[in-house]
Amino acid sequence: MQTTTPIFKTNHVERETKLHAVAMEVPIVDIQNLNVSARKTQILKNINIIIPKNSITVLLGPSGCGKTTLLKCLNRLTDLYSDLHLTGSIKIDGDDILNTKIDITHIRQKMGLLLQKPYPLPMSIYENIAYGLRLKGIRKRSVISEKVEKHLKEVALWDEVKDRLKSSAQKLSIGQQQRLCLARGLAVEPEIILADEPTSALDPISSRVIEEEFLKLRNDYTIIHVTHILRQARRLADYVVFMYYGEIVEYGPADEIFETPKPDILKEYMKVGH
Amino acid sequence: MTLRRKLEEKIFRVLSALFTLIVVLVLVHIIWSIVEKGMSSLSWQMISQEPKGGFYFGKEGGILNAIAGSFYLAVAATVLAFVISLPVALFMNIYLIKYQRLLISIRFFLDVLWGVPSIVYGAFGFTLMMYFGLRNSLGAATLTVAAMIAPIMIRAMDEVLKTIPIGLQEAAYALGSTKTETAYKVFFREALPGFATAILLAFGRGIGDAASVLFTAGYTDYIPRSFGEPTATLPLAIFFQLGSPIEEVQNRAYAAAIVLTFIVLCISVAARLLYRLRKN
Repeated sequence: MQTTTPIFKTNHVERETKLHAVAMEVPIVDIQNLNVSARKTQILKNINIIIPKNSITVLLGPSGCGKTTLLKCLNRLTDLYSDLHLTGSIKIDGDDILNTKIDITHIRQKMGLLLQKPYPLPMSIYENIAYGLRLKGIRKRSVISEKVEKHLKEVALWDEVKDRLKSSAQKLSIGQQQRLCLARGLAVEPEIILADEPTSALDPISSRVIEEEFLKLRNDYTIIHVTHILRQARRLADYVVFMYYGEIVEYGPADEIFETPKPDILKEYMKVGH
Repeated sequence: MTLRRKLEEKIFRVLSALFTLIVVLVLVHIIWSIVEKGMSSLSWQMISQEPKGGFYFGKEGGILNAIAGSFYLAVAATVLAFVISLPVALFMNIYLIKYQRLLISIRFFLDVLWGVPSIVYGAFGFTLMMYFGLRNSLGAATLTVAAMIAPIMIRAMDEVLKTIPIGLQEAAYALGSTKTETAYKVFFREALPGFATAILLAFGRGIGDAASVLFTAGYTDYIPRSFGEPTATLPLAIFFQLGSPIEEVQNRAYAAAIVLTFIVLCISVAARLLYRLRKN
């Protein structure tokens, strides 16, 4: 096993050297010795990574390798599942979120979440975005309306729904729903966007909108994107974390990893993948 | 082989169709016999008046006391059961989601309670009534019926909540909702149409049950004005009148059954209409 070292050699990434130099000083996510097990099966083994700020980190690997579990550890959605046992530490902005005393709702508000399928809340399009804002304590109607418009425009949905903001969000097409979910996540002004194969249920056009959106957002947000699609990883990734059977096999800047893949399993994945 | 499969297909199709037909026929037959025997006795007087002297011998009066009593009882018991059931069902599906094994036992116990014959609830209510020194009353009957229909309502709501995908729960938490907010702002809304069915199911059982109110509601010719007074109910009105040797009174029992069926039908249609209006 090739253990990972959270070191980026800046000369490999000329593109955004400065940005990442900053990121290295203030890592946004710092995972140390994370182990996750369910009863006797170990799902994640000894995970150590630092995810730098304002970039897209892609978690890549075959189905069932633990990518989604790792993503869900980051905002402790693992709390929902019985029998999952977590050890180690996950620091977000310096706070260890595995500490049970921490206010997890506050941590979760720092992160937007996009799932494989969109799950609009059972309310109107407008309320879907207003919901998170109200939870943050924003009560003023004018402010809420303004933000709803701003974030719907941000995901290129405004023109399609501006005349029916009061109708149910569940009546939108699946691609529109996923964009709404992105807008809803962005509205609470997170620092991190967690995306679990967000395009897997979408048509190619909606998928492209989401991908383009991610590329636009990467300067302001830290995006952690799970996928098993190699091509998508190539299009999006600044950094790649390649996982296999619960372990991190390779980790580093995307250019380096894709140009000179070192572990055999990654070479194999890149040969058969597309 | 192909012949066997073809035959198999045919036999099962015929059997399925046959049993479906039998079920429909039984239902139609029940409704038909109620209507046939009761229609002649059904009159405006019957549903607009309380029993007068000699009503139980076929003379003047109506069963307004039982209609009103049953209505009060079923509505009060359904409201009470709802107030109890909603938090329980949400608690099971939000807070206990991590403890699947505990949930299995809770569901098992509720299913057992669902299956307990209503006369047992009646006896239980009666024992409690004696213990607290209460008399037969609308209040005592409400408590008994609520206890009887609460497990039904909880399990029906639970089944609805169970179908909500975990992704919606994750989405709600990811936006920073607490568990209570997830329960009452997201899950409650998502499950509302299904809850309407759960409430109806419980209401139908509550308004139609005779055994649980036999010892607890009492019987009176007057419409109750408070929870402390005894009340007549439609199932008991049917029960008492059917036991009469006078044919006219027996027919009135069937007429009362038409009224009971009609009330359940109305509530069911109204709930569906309300849901459709809300959806649009």
